[in-house]
Amino acid sequence: MEIPENVKKRLSIPAEEHFFAGHTACQGCGASLGIRYVLKAYGRKTIFVIPACCSTIIAGPWPYTALDANLFHTAFETTGAVISGIEAALKARGIKVKGEDGVMVVGWAGDGGTADIGLQALSGFLERGHDAVYIMYDNEAYMNTGIQRSSSTPYGAWTTNTPGGKRHFLEKRHKKKVIDIVIAHEIPYAATASVAFPEDFIRKLKKARKIPGPSFIQLFAPCPTGWRSPTDKSIEIARLAVQTAYFPLFEYENGKYKINMPSPKKEPKPIEEFLKLQGRFKYMTKEDIENLQAWVLHEWEKLKKLAEVFG
Amino acid sequence: MAESPFKADIERVQKEYSEKMTPGAIVYLPGSSVVNKTGSWRVFMPEFNRDKCVRCYLCYIYCPEPAIYLDEENYPVFDYDYCKGCGICANECPTDAIVMVRESK
Amino acid sequence: MAEYKPIRKVVSGNYAAAYAVKHARVQVVAAYPITPQTSIIEKIAEFIANGEADIQYVPVESEHSAMAATIGASAAGARAFTATAAQGLALMHEMLHWASGARLPIVMVDVNRAMAPPWSVWDDQTDSLAQRDTGWMQFYAENNQEVYDGVLMSFKVAETVNVPIMVVESAFILSHTYDVVEMIPQELVDEFLPPRKPLYDLADFSRPFSVGALATPNDYYEFRYKLAKAHEEAKKVIKDVGKEFGERFGRDYSDMIEKGYIEDADFVFMGMGSLMGTVKEAVDLLRKEGYKVGYAKVRWFRPFPKEELREIAESVKGIAVLDRNFSFGQEGILFNEAKGVLYNTDARPIIKNYIVGLGGRDFTVLDVKAIADNMKAIIESGKFDREVEWYHLKR
Repeated sequence: MEIPENVKKRLSIPAEEHFFAGHTACQGCGASLGIRYVLKAYGRKTIFVIPACCSTIIAGPWPYTALDANLFHTAFETTGAVISGIEAALKARGIKVKGEDGVMVVGWAGDGGTADIGLQALSGFLERGHDAVYIMYDNEAYMNTGIQRSSSTPYGAWTTNTPGGKRHFLEKRHKKKVIDIVIAHEIPYAATASVAFPEDFIRKLKKARKIPGPSFIQLFAPCPTGWRSPTDKSIEIARLAVQTAYFPLFEYENGKYKINMPSPKKEPKPIEEFLKLQGRFKYMTKEDIENLQAWVLHEWEKLKKLAEVFG
Repeated sequence: MAESPFKADIERVQKEYSEKMTPGAIVYLPGSSVVNKTGSWRVFMPEFNRDKCVRCYLCYIYCPEPAIYLDEENYPVFDYDYCKGCGICANECPTDAIVMVRESK
Repeated sequence: MAEYKPIRKVVSGNYAAAYAVKHARVQVVAAYPITPQTSIIEKIAEFIANGEADIQYVPVESEHSAMAATIGASAAGARAFTATAAQGLALMHEMLHWASGARLPIVMVDVNRAMAPPWSVWDDQTDSLAQRDTGWMQFYAENNQEVYDGVLMSFKVAETVNVPIMVVESAFILSHTYDVVEMIPQELVDEFLPPRKPLYDLADFSRPFSVGALATPNDYYEFRYKLAKAHEEAKKVIKDVGKEFGERFGRDYSDMIEKGYIEDADFVFMGMGSLMGTVKEAVDLLRKEGYKVGYAKVRWFRPFPKEELREIAESVKGIAVLDRNFSFGQEGILFNEAKGVLYNTDARPIIKNYIVGLGGRDFTVLDVKAIADNMKAIIESGKFDREVEWYHLKR
């Protein structure tokens, strides 16, 4: 079913669909929505590199595939290295990469495959300056292997290897700031995005296409299965994550910070609004919540200052 | 439902690929996931009230499958072959034109 | 075919490999430095710097990423190459499986170096042989000429059967020792090795595809069988390419095992790599003294030349297998594989394992003579002293 022309004009996101239903993502999966948006932004002339993660399964077992684009499955820790190799090959063959009509090389890895095991390859990719895009879809744990904690899991969260219990053995470390590590490489473009704000995400993807050099986008992608949240609340949770400044949306472009959302002039919503929708936070005590709220506000202050000084 | 560009070939998938394994496990059929009718996963299904719809397109934008498409009059069309019943469309709809009801099979 | 006028250069094994990479018109090299491979990538960088070669060089941050980047480049249709040794090869082990499973015709030079601990940079075959199950084909070079020829032929063989190949040379003995190598003019290499026609190309969007997806137990078995079949088919391709190489350039490689004096030998020395160069010298000297000896130099360890070995075993009374490697809890690797190949046949030569030269300990003509004396005594008495001899053990 083609979308009629008059309707296409009214849509705030591209109408072309290169992602097909019938894939095996859970109900309400943020990651599958993320792939859908990336394909809308970049179209068929995209080379996707997907390491071992939920998306490996979502993309389809042999002989099926849900993507209308080229897809190379690779080992867990290698996303950054494989996109580097592909980009080098395209350059060697004289094929245009990035830019208006160039081929887009996209590394699509989860938080585990980026912040933990894939960090070395990511750092190499960023440091060498390849013309490709690395997107880390952040569902805040190793979801594909059954909801184990990763360095991106927030303070106080339940996971299968921080299951709470009598010893209150929950995640006791704050979320690793991958975006700060990436920005430390001083690449031309880095940004955070959320599936609740698809126009913003697609705008950033299109920007990444235009800016030469390595681009990095951290996408907040809720996982109802791992977060113990109702499947219909995924977008609402992704929206609240931004509005509480837990996951602010901002861009780093050529050394300058720009905050997109929430507005620095207003107070962000209290973190409880974000926490109460998710079963993984139900074991948190009052102190835990205060600890998390303090961390959120502290990081938010840091970001606001950076945007002021380097805006 | 968006048409897979190689829809006619997809019927060939199960037969040809099971007989002729491709080296390296290559799949040359983009969109072949459509053979898997995930509509069977549903417990709840979205019930659409056209009169309340203001054509904001949020349901179309936020469907993760995607199983919602738009017709010539710009109203959403639900593809129940693939809708998994997650309920995001109903939750995001600003006019309650979509309500999740328990499906009776 | 234009007339072949070789260009003679005095180069090390590593430089020979670098020249072969240049002549093969490799498009992407992603490598991480490790002794004693470094001069390969240094030479390649020199070629790029002075405009002699048009190669995209990716200075990756580890060997694991080196193989991953090479895999990405090969999947995107480019002719890709990398090089490593010992620890680096071990680090990229996971991706070696990936390269063969994804059916990518990557060529890699492995400089045989001892595995740590204890640290050692010297010649030892355990590193490459420990990767024998990864689905890669393996070619062992005896001298710098074979390194050069091996890389050129490997690209042709790999791109025909879509299986990656490692060309193995000895640390320092070949990698850093200078020797005369006959190189082939570029136009003739281009005739021998045309541009690559990839099995699949990520830069081709006419019909989008995915590679390497999940395969259930219903399908996985057949995928592995396909790779196994490719190894079997490769044997014929190796022979054909080796023969073509001989016709074009005068050096024939159609034998997967290079044989010497098999017809009138009581026993033969069997081994791989540079130590066989020493053996060839020694065999000539021993034959002058009346020893009835020969040699069987195994060029290709994977695919293993079963038919050739069985033929040799039928015409000799003994085989002294020289292993510059060891599989702990078992025995020398070449010995173990050769013995296994002979079991289901009637050939029953006396076959004994000599573990020599681990960690680069010098293996000389005198050592070959001592082993020859030992083998002679065993054959004459008909009794083994021991099956596995740690020949070089001093203390």
